[in-house]
Amino acid sequence: MEQLEFTYPAKRKVNKRAHVGVVGSGDLEVLLEPAEGELAHVVIRTSVNGFSDTWKAVLDRFFSKYDGAVRIQINDAGGTPGSVQLRLEQAVEASER
Amino acid sequence: MSDQRYANFINRQSFIELDARERAVALLDEGTARELVGPFDRVESPWLAIQDVTPQSDDGCVVMKGKIAGKAAVVVALEGAFQGGSMGEVSGEKMTAALDLACADNEKGIPTSAVILLETGGVRLQEANLGLAAIAELMASILALRKHSPVICLTAGTVGCFGGMALAAGLASYVVMTREARLGMNGPEVIEQENGVEEFDSSDRALIWAIHGGEQRFATGLADALVEDDTPRVAEAIRKLVLQGVPPVHRSSQVTLYRKRIENLDSSVQWDPKEFRSLWLKGDAKEETV
Repeated sequence: MEQLEFTYPAKRKVNKRAHVGVVGSGDLEVLLEPAEGELAHVVIRTSVNGFSDTWKAVLDRFFSKYDGAVRIQINDAGGTPGSVQLRLEQAVEASER
Repeated sequence: MSDQRYANFINRQSFIELDARERAVALLDEGTARELVGPFDRVESPWLAIQDVTPQSDDGCVVMKGKIAGKAAVVVALEGAFQGGSMGEVSGEKMTAALDLACADNEKGIPTSAVILLETGGVRLQEANLGLAAIAELMASILALRKHSPVICLTAGTVGCFGGMALAAGLASYVVMTREARLGMNGPEVIEQENGVEEFDSSDRALIWAIHGGEQRFATGLADALVEDDTPRVAEAIRKLVLQGVPPVHRSSQVTLYRKRIENLDSSVQWDPKEFRSLWLKGDAKEETV
């Protein structure tokens, strides 16, 4: 298991927290919570080691569109970049519902 | 007629496809569900990370308080997709504590029933003795609660319910299954591993379901209801049993009956699972005619 952390600039306040997904094979859970200030902080625990560049690429892309000030925790059991992207978008959708 | 059957199949709202949290909400009266010790409380297993396994924020156990058929109820759902729904220290304690609180409410004069959704392989091997202890405590809690209000076990699939948790299911007031679910002490792989493929071929799905499957369990009286994998129908079956209340005699108290049934079976011959249904109940009939 590997723990990774990333920080991105944020502009917008988020009001609601959201939880989506399951730590099942090929899947992940995302916990998204409002944060103070103008930063988004992501902590990842993943069962697959050595993919920090891929995580960075997926998150760079996600935060090129998303500007909420949030704390995101990801517990991953080998989700593909595609499913990570979808789970993140699902968490955002749930937090804005 | 077949068109109608296809329509039923297409229009059904699968319960099996829901995750543990969605299942718990689906069983409670609309708008009454309230989660206790949820993912944001981050009460997760302290043992998994040190063994290089990613933990889940709710340890794969969802506890929801609410109402069923207008009566106070607690639903505890295991998430089969996380570590096979296995029971660890935290998930076990969550389920046990939920049942103990329901028991305390009953003693205070607030009838509260419990529904446990078991999709589990039993003890979580990474937590070994703690998981075993958790199941023992859970069994004691089921026994204490079932005196006051029904404890309903629902195994919908597709994981099914195995190992020590199958014993816990055996203590429930009622067991509800779908055709897709399986219930048994030793899982097919375990039997094959211990006694060889001649004993039990764990790749033979038809054989496995003919023995462990919901249809067979219902036909042999080890499950009380067999429901279609359709959310409204599953919820309706649970509501009915909640309203039915505590059964006059619990299955696990009928020791003499089950001993007799086992004694009456001729184990020198190989039975066919269908044939077993009548063989299993044959002794009972004999009893009546005597």
